[in-house]
Amino acid sequence: MSEVQTAADVLAVVLLLLGAFLCLTAGLGLVRFPDVLTRMHAGTKPQVLGVLLIMVGAAIRLQGWSATWMLLLVAVFQMLTAPVSAHMISRVAYRRRHVRRDRLFVDELRTGEASDRLYRGDEPADAPPEEPARALVESRREDGDLAPD
Amino acid sequence: MSAEPTPVTGHHLRHQLPLLLWLVLVWNLLWGTWSWANLISGVLVALGVTLLLPLPPVVGGARVRPVALVRFLVHFVVDLVSSGALVAWQTVRPTGIDRSAIITVQLRTDSDLLLTILTESLTLVPGSMVIDLDREHRTIALHILHVRDQSDVERQRDAVLAEEERVVRAFGSPDEIASLDSAPGTGVAGTGRRTP
Amino acid sequence: MTVVYWLAYGLLGVGALLALVRLGIGPSLLDRVVATDTLLVIIAAGLAVHAGLQRDPTVVPVLVVVSLLAFVGSVSVARYIGGMLVSSTGDGQDVGLPEAGEERIARSLEADR
Repeated sequence: MSEVQTAADVLAVVLLLLGAFLCLTAGLGLVRFPDVLTRMHAGTKPQVLGVLLIMVGAAIRLQGWSATWMLLLVAVFQMLTAPVSAHMISRVAYRRRHVRRDRLFVDELRTGEASDRLYRGDEPADAPPEEPARALVESRREDGDLAPD
Repeated sequence: MSAEPTPVTGHHLRHQLPLLLWLVLVWNLLWGTWSWANLISGVLVALGVTLLLPLPPVVGGARVRPVALVRFLVHFVVDLVSSGALVAWQTVRPTGIDRSAIITVQLRTDSDLLLTILTESLTLVPGSMVIDLDREHRTIALHILHVRDQSDVERQRDAVLAEEERVVRAFGSPDEIASLDSAPGTGVAGTGRRTP
Repeated sequence: MTVVYWLAYGLLGVGALLALVRLGIGPSLLDRVVATDTLLVIIAAGLAVHAGLQRDPTVVPVLVVVSLLAFVGSVSVARYIGGMLVSSTGDGQDVGLPEAGEERIARSLEADR
Protein backbone atom coordinates (compact mmCIF):
# COMPACT_ATOMS: atom_id res chain seq x y z
CA MET A 1 0.00 0.00 0.00
CA SER A 2 2.65 2.49 1.03
CA GLU A 3 4.76 1.68 -2.02
CA VAL A 4 1.81 2.32 -4.30
CA GLN A 5 1.22 5.55 -2.41
CA THR A 6 4.84 6.61 -2.86
CA ALA A 7 4.81 5.80 -6.57
CA ALA A 8 1.60 7.81 -7.03
CA ASP A 9 3.13 10.72 -5.13
CA VAL A 10 6.27 10.67 -7.26
CA LEU A 11 4.21 10.56 -10.45
CA ALA A 12 2.04 13.43 -9.25
CA VAL A 13 5.04 15.55 -8.32
CA VAL A 14 6.68 14.90 -11.69
CA LEU A 15 3.47 15.89 -13.49
CA LEU A 16 3.15 19.05 -11.40
CA LEU A 17 6.74 20.06 -12.11
CA LEU A 18 6.38 19.38 -15.84
CA GLY A 19 3.24 21.48 -15.96
CA ALA A 20 4.93 24.29 -14.05
CA PHE A 21 7.83 24.16 -16.50
CA LEU A 22 5.42 24.43 -19.45
CA CYS A 23 3.84 27.50 -17.81
CA LEU A 24 7.35 28.98 -17.59
CA THR A 25 7.90 28.39 -21.32
CA ALA A 26 4.56 30.10 -21.98
CA GLY A 27 5.82 33.22 -20.24
CA LEU A 28 9.20 32.97 -21.93
CA GLY A 29 7.61 32.66 -25.36
CA LEU A 30 5.40 35.66 -24.65
CA VAL A 31 8.48 37.79 -24.13
CA ARG A 32 10.70 36.32 -26.84
CA PHE A 33 8.43 35.90 -29.84
CA PRO A 34 8.15 38.68 -32.42
CA ASP A 35 4.43 39.28 -33.06
CA VAL A 36 0.95 38.65 -31.70
CA LEU A 37 0.25 35.42 -33.57
CA THR A 38 3.48 33.71 -32.57
CA ARG A 39 3.07 35.00 -29.02
CA MET A 40 -0.32 33.36 -28.96
CA HIS A 41 1.25 30.08 -29.98
CA ALA A 42 3.58 30.43 -27.03
CA GLY A 43 1.02 31.74 -24.58
CA THR A 44 -1.97 29.55 -25.17
CA LYS A 45 -0.59 26.21 -26.28
CA PRO A 46 2.00 25.00 -23.74
CA GLN A 47 -0.54 26.36 -21.33
CA VAL A 48 -3.20 23.83 -22.34
CA LEU A 49 -0.84 20.88 -22.02
CA GLY A 50 0.67 22.31 -18.82
CA VAL A 51 -2.70 22.87 -17.19
CA LEU A 52 -3.80 19.37 -18.16
CA LEU A 53 -0.66 17.89 -16.60
CA ILE A 54 -1.10 19.95 -13.43
CA MET A 55 -4.76 18.94 -13.15
CA VAL A 56 -3.86 15.25 -13.46
CA GLY A 57 -1.11 15.66 -10.89
CA ALA A 58 -3.39 17.46 -8.45
CA ALA A 59 -6.14 14.90 -8.98
CA ILE A 60 -3.71 12.11 -8.08
CA ARG A 61 -2.68 13.89 -4.89
CA LEU A 62 -6.14 14.97 -3.76
CA GLN A 63 -8.33 12.40 -2.10
CA GLY A 64 -12.08 12.51 -2.42
CA TRP A 65 -14.07 12.42 -5.61
CA SER A 66 -15.59 15.87 -5.28
CA ALA A 67 -12.32 17.67 -6.01
CA THR A 68 -11.44 15.22 -8.76
CA TRP A 69 -14.70 15.91 -10.61
CA MET A 70 -14.13 19.63 -10.36
CA LEU A 71 -10.58 19.31 -11.67
CA LEU A 72 -11.89 17.22 -14.56
CA LEU A 73 -14.40 19.96 -15.27
CA VAL A 74 -11.66 22.60 -15.29
CA ALA A 75 -9.63 20.51 -17.75
CA VAL A 76 -12.63 20.05 -20.06
CA PHE A 77 -13.47 23.75 -19.91
CA GLN A 78 -9.88 24.59 -20.70
CA MET A 79 -9.87 22.37 -23.77
CA LEU A 80 -13.22 23.74 -24.96
CA THR A 81 -12.54 27.42 -24.39
CA ALA A 82 -8.86 27.84 -25.25
CA PRO A 83 -9.38 27.32 -29.02
CA VAL A 84 -12.33 29.71 -29.07
CA SER A 85 -10.50 32.61 -27.49
CA ALA A 86 -7.33 31.84 -29.49
CA HIS A 87 -9.32 31.88 -32.72
CA MET A 88 -11.10 35.13 -31.89
CA ILE A 89 -7.91 36.93 -30.89
CA SER A 90 -5.92 35.65 -33.85
CA ARG A 91 -8.59 36.65 -36.35
CA VAL A 92 -8.76 40.13 -34.90
CA ALA A 93 -4.95 40.25 -34.86
CA TYR A 94 -4.78 39.35 -38.53
CA ARG A 95 -7.41 41.83 -39.57
CA ARG A 96 -5.99 44.59 -37.39
CA ARG A 97 -2.61 44.03 -39.07
CA HIS A 98 -0.62 42.88 -36.09
CA VAL A 99 1.16 40.36 -38.29
CA ARG A 100 4.84 40.86 -38.98
CA ARG A 101 4.94 40.18 -42.65
CA ASP A 102 8.75 40.14 -42.82
CA ARG A 103 8.71 37.06 -40.58
CA LEU A 104 6.12 35.19 -42.63
CA PHE A 105 7.25 32.55 -45.09
CA VAL A 106 4.02 32.66 -47.09
CA ASP A 107 0.63 34.29 -46.54
CA GLU A 108 -2.06 32.62 -48.57
CA LEU A 109 -4.89 34.51 -46.94
CA ARG A 110 -3.81 37.92 -48.10
CA THR A 111 -6.45 39.52 -50.28
CA GLY A 112 -5.09 42.73 -51.71
CA GLU A 113 -1.71 44.19 -52.45
CA ALA A 114 -2.78 47.71 -51.56
CA SER A 115 -1.68 49.00 -48.22
CA ASP A 116 -2.67 52.24 -46.71
CA ARG A 117 -1.37 54.28 -43.85
CA LEU A 118 -4.69 55.51 -42.59
CA TYR A 119 -5.83 52.47 -40.69
CA ARG A 120 -3.08 50.94 -38.64
CA GLY A 121 -3.29 49.03 -35.39
CA ASP A 122 -5.36 49.55 -32.29
CA GLU A 123 -3.15 52.10 -30.59
CA PRO A 124 -5.00 55.22 -29.48
CA ALA A 125 -3.14 57.16 -32.16
CA ASP A 126 -4.25 54.61 -34.71
CA ALA A 127 -7.96 55.25 -34.29
CA PRO A 128 -9.75 55.61 -37.62
CA PRO A 129 -9.77 59.20 -38.83
CA GLU A 130 -12.93 61.18 -38.42
CA GLU A 131 -12.95 62.34 -42.02
CA PRO A 132 -11.42 59.52 -44.04
CA ALA A 133 -11.43 61.37 -47.36
CA ARG A 134 -9.47 64.36 -46.10
CA ALA A 135 -7.11 62.19 -44.06
CA LEU A 136 -6.39 60.09 -47.15
CA VAL A 137 -5.49 63.18 -49.16
CA GLU A 138 -3.26 64.41 -46.35
CA SER A 139 -1.46 61.10 -46.01
CA ARG A 140 -0.83 60.97 -49.74
CA ARG A 141 0.51 64.49 -49.65
CA GLU A 142 2.87 63.45 -46.87
CA ASP A 143 4.03 60.61 -49.08
CA GLY A 144 4.61 62.98 -51.95
CA ASP A 145 2.11 61.23 -54.20
CA LEU A 146 0.02 64.33 -54.59
CA ALA A 147 1.10 67.80 -55.50
CA PRO A 148 0.16 70.34 -52.82
CA ASP A 149 -2.64 72.57 -54.01
CA MET B 1 -24.42 28.59 -38.12
CA SER B 2 -27.44 30.14 -39.81
CA ALA B 3 -29.90 31.57 -37.37
CA GLU B 4 -33.01 29.65 -38.31
CA PRO B 5 -36.37 30.62 -36.87
CA THR B 6 -37.18 28.70 -33.73
CA PRO B 7 -39.24 25.61 -34.55
CA VAL B 8 -42.16 24.35 -32.48
CA THR B 9 -41.32 23.60 -28.88
CA GLY B 10 -41.40 19.79 -28.96
CA HIS B 11 -39.10 19.61 -31.93
CA HIS B 12 -36.95 22.25 -30.30
CA LEU B 13 -36.61 20.32 -27.05
CA ARG B 14 -35.71 17.08 -28.83
CA HIS B 15 -32.80 18.82 -30.50
CA GLN B 16 -31.73 20.37 -27.22
CA LEU B 17 -31.65 17.08 -25.34
CA PRO B 18 -27.88 16.48 -25.54
CA LEU B 19 -27.31 20.04 -24.40
CA LEU B 20 -29.71 19.48 -21.47
CA LEU B 21 -27.90 16.31 -20.44
CA TRP B 22 -24.53 18.08 -20.66
CA LEU B 23 -25.77 20.97 -18.51
CA VAL B 24 -27.12 18.61 -15.85
CA LEU B 25 -23.80 16.75 -15.87
CA VAL B 26 -21.85 19.97 -15.46
CA TRP B 27 -24.13 21.06 -12.62
CA ASN B 28 -23.55 17.78 -10.79
CA LEU B 29 -19.81 17.92 -11.37
CA LEU B 30 -19.73 21.45 -10.03
CA TRP B 31 -21.43 20.36 -6.84
CA GLY B 32 -19.01 17.48 -6.70
CA THR B 33 -21.46 15.00 -5.21
CA TRP B 34 -24.35 13.14 -6.71
CA SER B 35 -27.70 13.42 -5.02
CA TRP B 36 -31.35 13.65 -6.04
CA ALA B 37 -31.50 17.28 -4.96
CA ASN B 38 -28.56 18.10 -7.24
CA LEU B 39 -30.13 16.17 -10.10
CA ILE B 40 -33.50 17.91 -9.81
CA SER B 41 -32.07 21.39 -9.36
CA GLY B 42 -29.72 20.68 -12.27
CA VAL B 43 -32.63 19.75 -14.54
CA LEU B 44 -34.44 22.95 -13.51
CA VAL B 45 -31.38 25.11 -14.16
CA ALA B 46 -30.71 23.41 -17.50
CA LEU B 47 -34.31 23.89 -18.61
CA GLY B 48 -34.14 27.53 -17.60
CA VAL B 49 -30.90 28.08 -19.49
CA THR B 50 -32.04 26.37 -22.67
CA LEU B 51 -35.42 28.14 -22.67
CA LEU B 52 -34.05 31.58 -21.88
CA LEU B 53 -30.96 31.38 -24.12
CA PRO B 54 -31.90 29.10 -27.02
CA LEU B 55 -29.21 27.95 -29.43
CA PRO B 56 -29.71 27.01 -33.07
CA PRO B 57 -29.97 23.22 -33.34
CA VAL B 58 -27.05 21.24 -34.71
CA VAL B 59 -28.12 20.08 -38.14
CA GLY B 60 -27.52 16.44 -38.95
CA GLY B 61 -26.42 15.27 -35.55
CA ALA B 62 -23.45 13.08 -34.81
CA ARG B 63 -22.82 9.39 -35.08
CA VAL B 64 -19.91 8.16 -33.07
CA ARG B 65 -17.84 5.24 -34.29
CA PRO B 66 -15.85 3.85 -31.36
CA VAL B 67 -12.84 2.51 -33.26
CA ALA B 68 -12.36 5.63 -35.35
CA LEU B 69 -12.97 7.77 -32.25
CA VAL B 70 -10.22 5.98 -30.35
CA ARG B 71 -7.86 6.42 -33.29
CA PHE B 72 -8.70 10.12 -33.47
CA LEU B 73 -8.17 10.56 -29.73
CA VAL B 74 -4.86 8.70 -29.70
CA HIS B 75 -3.57 10.71 -32.63
CA PHE B 76 -4.77 13.88 -30.93
CA VAL B 77 -3.02 13.17 -27.64
CA VAL B 78 0.20 12.17 -29.41
CA ASP B 79 0.06 15.37 -31.46
CA LEU B 80 -0.66 17.42 -28.34
CA VAL B 81 2.34 16.05 -26.45
CA SER B 82 4.86 15.91 -29.31
CA SER B 83 4.20 19.33 -30.74
CA GLY B 84 3.81 20.75 -27.24
CA ALA B 85 7.35 19.60 -26.59
CA LEU B 86 8.46 21.03 -29.93
CA VAL B 87 6.99 24.48 -29.22
CA ALA B 88 8.43 24.43 -25.70
CA TRP B 89 11.86 23.62 -27.15
CA GLN B 90 11.54 26.44 -29.66
CA THR B 91 10.82 28.92 -26.89
CA VAL B 92 13.74 27.77 -24.77
CA ARG B 93 16.48 27.30 -27.38
CA PRO B 94 18.81 30.24 -27.94
CA THR B 95 18.09 30.76 -31.65
CA GLY B 96 14.39 31.38 -31.12
CA ILE B 97 11.80 30.47 -33.69
CA ASP B 98 11.90 29.88 -37.42
CA ARG B 99 9.72 31.81 -39.75
CA SER B 100 6.00 31.19 -39.56
CA ALA B 101 3.41 31.01 -42.32
CA ILE B 102 -0.27 31.48 -43.02
CA ILE B 103 -1.65 28.75 -45.25
CA THR B 104 -5.10 28.00 -46.63
CA VAL B 105 -6.39 24.47 -46.97
CA GLN B 106 -9.31 23.31 -49.08
CA LEU B 107 -11.49 21.04 -46.94
CA ARG B 108 -13.92 18.39 -48.11
CA THR B 109 -16.52 18.30 -45.35
CA ASP B 110 -19.52 20.57 -45.29
CA SER B 111 -20.96 20.15 -41.83
CA ASP B 112 -20.98 22.70 -39.05
CA LEU B 113 -20.39 20.14 -36.36
CA LEU B 114 -17.47 18.43 -38.09
CA LEU B 115 -15.84 21.75 -38.95
CA THR B 116 -16.17 22.84 -35.34
CA ILE B 117 -14.54 19.67 -34.05
CA LEU B 118 -11.81 19.98 -36.67
CA THR B 119 -10.97 23.60 -35.89
CA GLU B 120 -11.02 22.96 -32.14
CA SER B 121 -8.61 20.07 -32.43
CA LEU B 122 -6.38 21.93 -34.89
CA THR B 123 -6.17 24.95 -32.62
CA LEU B 124 -5.52 22.87 -29.51
CA VAL B 125 -2.54 21.17 -31.10
CA PRO B 126 0.46 23.47 -30.64
CA GLY B 127 2.09 24.88 -33.73
CA SER B 128 -1.07 25.48 -35.72
CA MET B 129 -3.85 27.96 -35.11
CA VAL B 130 -6.99 28.53 -37.15
CA ILE B 131 -7.34 32.17 -38.14
CA ASP B 132 -10.25 32.13 -40.53
CA LEU B 133 -12.83 29.72 -41.85
CA ASP B 134 -14.50 30.49 -45.15
CA ARG B 135 -17.73 28.59 -44.75
CA GLU B 136 -18.92 28.98 -48.35
CA HIS B 137 -15.71 27.86 -50.00
CA ARG B 138 -14.82 25.35 -47.27
CA THR B 139 -11.37 26.80 -46.94
CA ILE B 140 -9.61 27.14 -43.64
CA ALA B 141 -6.74 29.50 -42.95
CA LEU B 142 -4.12 28.51 -40.41
CA HIS B 143 -1.14 30.20 -38.90
CA ILE B 144 1.62 27.67 -38.44
CA LEU B 145 4.80 27.98 -36.49
CA HIS B 146 8.04 26.36 -37.54
CA VAL B 147 8.22 26.67 -41.32
CA ARG B 148 11.50 26.61 -43.19
CA ASP B 149 10.60 25.92 -46.80
CA GLN B 150 7.79 24.97 -49.13
CA SER B 151 7.99 21.27 -48.24
CA ASP B 152 7.13 22.15 -44.64
CA VAL B 153 4.05 23.98 -45.88
CA GLU B 154 2.94 20.98 -47.94
CA ARG B 155 3.59 18.66 -45.01
CA GLN B 156 1.41 20.78 -42.75
CA ARG B 157 -1.34 20.86 -45.37
CA ASP B 158 -1.29 17.07 -45.62
CA ALA B 159 -1.42 16.87 -41.83
CA VAL B 160 -4.54 19.06 -41.78
CA LEU B 161 -6.22 16.88 -44.41
CA ALA B 162 -5.33 13.72 -42.48
CA GLU B 163 -6.76 15.25 -39.32
CA GLU B 164 -9.94 16.10 -41.23
CA GLU B 165 -10.22 12.51 -42.42
CA ARG B 166 -9.85 11.19 -38.89
CA VAL B 167 -12.54 13.59 -37.60
CA VAL B 168 -14.96 12.65 -40.39
CA ARG B 169 -14.38 8.94 -39.90
CA ALA B 170 -15.02 9.32 -36.18
CA PHE B 171 -18.09 11.56 -36.24
CA GLY B 172 -19.39 11.91 -39.80
CA SER B 173 -22.40 10.38 -41.49
CA PRO B 174 -21.92 7.71 -44.22
CA ASP B 175 -22.54 10.34 -46.90
CA GLU B 176 -19.70 12.47 -45.60
CA ILE B 177 -17.31 9.54 -45.48
CA ALA B 178 -18.28 8.68 -49.05
CA SER B 179 -17.58 12.24 -50.17
CA LEU B 180 -14.22 11.96 -48.44
CA ASP B 181 -13.37 8.93 -50.57
CA SER B 182 -14.70 10.30 -53.82
CA ALA B 183 -12.83 13.56 -53.53
CA PRO B 184 -9.38 12.78 -52.18
CA GLY B 185 -7.33 15.71 -51.01
CA THR B 186 -6.06 16.94 -54.33
CA GLY B 187 -4.77 20.11 -52.76
CA VAL B 188 -6.99 22.53 -54.63
CA ALA B 189 -5.74 25.43 -52.58
CA GLY B 190 -2.60 26.50 -54.38
CA THR B 191 -0.10 29.02 -53.24
CA GLY B 192 -1.33 32.55 -53.05
CA ARG B 193 -4.96 31.62 -53.44
CA ARG B 194 -7.12 34.69 -53.05
CA THR B 195 -10.08 34.35 -50.77
CA PRO B 196 -12.79 36.75 -51.81
CA MET C 1 9.29 17.96 -0.42
CA THR C 2 10.49 21.49 0.30
CA VAL C 3 12.64 21.38 -2.83
CA VAL C 4 9.57 20.49 -4.87
CA TYR C 5 7.66 23.43 -3.38
CA TRP C 6 10.36 25.92 -4.23
CA LEU C 7 10.94 24.49 -7.67
CA ALA C 8 7.27 24.45 -8.69
CA TYR C 9 6.47 27.88 -7.30
CA GLY C 10 9.71 29.24 -8.74
CA LEU C 11 8.90 28.03 -12.24
CA LEU C 12 5.34 29.36 -12.04
CA GLY C 13 6.50 32.64 -10.53
CA VAL C 14 9.07 33.31 -13.22
CA GLY C 15 6.47 32.46 -15.87
CA ALA C 16 4.01 34.88 -14.30
CA LEU C 17 6.70 37.58 -14.10
CA LEU C 18 7.51 37.17 -17.79
CA ALA C 19 3.81 37.41 -18.63
CA LEU C 20 3.70 40.60 -16.55
CA VAL C 21 6.65 41.97 -18.55
CA ARG C 22 4.73 41.39 -21.77
CA LEU C 23 1.66 42.95 -20.16
CA GLY C 24 3.72 46.03 -19.42
CA ILE C 25 5.63 46.51 -22.64
CA GLY C 26 3.28 44.81 -25.09
CA PRO C 27 2.91 47.38 -27.84
CA SER C 28 -0.69 46.61 -28.71
CA LEU C 29 -3.90 45.83 -26.90
CA LEU C 30 -3.94 42.28 -28.22
CA ASP C 31 -0.51 41.54 -26.74
CA ARG C 32 -1.85 42.61 -23.40
CA VAL C 33 -4.94 40.44 -23.82
CA VAL C 34 -2.79 37.41 -24.56
CA ALA C 35 -0.55 38.22 -21.61
CA THR C 36 -3.52 38.60 -19.26
CA ASP C 37 -4.93 35.31 -20.45
CA THR C 38 -1.63 33.56 -19.84
CA LEU C 39 -1.27 35.22 -16.44
CA LEU C 40 -4.71 34.05 -15.30
CA VAL C 41 -4.03 30.50 -16.43
CA ILE C 42 -0.69 30.52 -14.61
CA ILE C 43 -2.52 31.68 -11.49
CA ALA C 44 -4.99 28.83 -11.93
CA ALA C 45 -2.07 26.44 -12.35
CA GLY C 46 -0.51 27.82 -9.16
CA LEU C 47 -3.75 27.22 -7.25
CA ALA C 48 -3.86 23.66 -8.57
CA VAL C 49 -0.23 23.09 -7.57
CA HIS C 50 -1.02 24.38 -4.09
CA ALA C 51 -4.07 22.11 -3.88
CA GLY C 52 -2.03 19.14 -5.02
CA LEU C 53 1.01 19.64 -2.83
CA GLN C 54 -0.87 20.55 0.34
CA ARG C 55 -3.73 18.10 -0.28
CA ASP C 56 -6.03 21.06 0.25
CA PRO C 57 -9.23 20.82 -1.81
CA THR C 58 -10.72 24.14 -0.64
CA VAL C 59 -9.18 26.18 -3.47
CA VAL C 60 -10.59 23.95 -6.21
CA PRO C 61 -13.85 25.93 -6.69
CA VAL C 62 -11.74 29.09 -7.04
CA LEU C 63 -9.87 27.26 -9.79
CA VAL C 64 -13.09 26.76 -11.77
CA VAL C 65 -13.96 30.44 -11.47
CA VAL C 66 -10.49 31.68 -12.48
CA SER C 67 -10.25 29.42 -15.51
CA LEU C 68 -13.66 30.54 -16.79
CA LEU C 69 -12.90 34.18 -16.04
CA ALA C 70 -9.82 34.02 -18.28
CA PHE C 71 -11.95 32.85 -21.17
CA VAL C 72 -14.73 35.39 -20.70
CA GLY C 73 -12.23 38.23 -20.33
CA SER C 74 -10.22 37.52 -23.45
CA VAL C 75 -13.27 36.83 -25.61
CA SER C 76 -15.01 40.03 -24.56
CA VAL C 77 -11.92 42.14 -25.25
CA ALA C 78 -11.47 40.41 -28.61
CA ARG C 79 -15.06 41.17 -29.50
CA TYR C 80 -14.58 44.76 -28.39
CA ILE C 81 -11.56 45.23 -30.63
CA GLY C 82 -13.35 43.38 -33.43
CA GLY C 83 -16.14 45.92 -33.16
CA MET C 84 -13.58 48.63 -33.85
CA LEU C 85 -12.75 47.04 -37.19
CA VAL C 86 -13.01 49.47 -40.03
CA SER C 87 -13.98 48.63 -43.57
CA SER C 88 -12.86 51.55 -45.60
CA THR C 89 -13.44 50.29 -49.12
CA GLY C 90 -17.19 50.12 -48.67
CA ASP C 91 -17.58 46.57 -49.98
CA GLY C 92 -17.23 45.02 -46.55
CA GLN C 93 -13.60 44.06 -46.98
CA ASP C 94 -10.75 45.43 -45.06
CA VAL C 95 -8.19 47.50 -46.83
CA GLY C 96 -4.85 45.86 -47.46
CA LEU C 97 -2.33 45.14 -44.83
CA PRO C 98 0.17 47.80 -43.87
CA GLU C 99 3.14 46.93 -41.74
CA ALA C 100 2.66 45.88 -38.16
CA GLY C 101 4.00 48.20 -35.49
CA GLU C 102 6.84 45.87 -34.54
CA GLU C 103 7.82 45.55 -38.19
CA ARG C 104 8.01 49.32 -38.53
CA ILE C 105 10.26 49.52 -35.48
CA ALA C 106 12.47 46.70 -36.76
CA ARG C 107 12.80 48.40 -40.16
CA SER C 108 13.78 51.71 -38.62
CA LEU C 109 16.36 49.98 -36.44
CA GLU C 110 17.80 48.35 -39.54
CA ALA C 111 17.94 51.72 -41.29
CA ASP C 112 19.71 53.35 -38.36
CA ARG C 113 22.46 50.78 -38.40
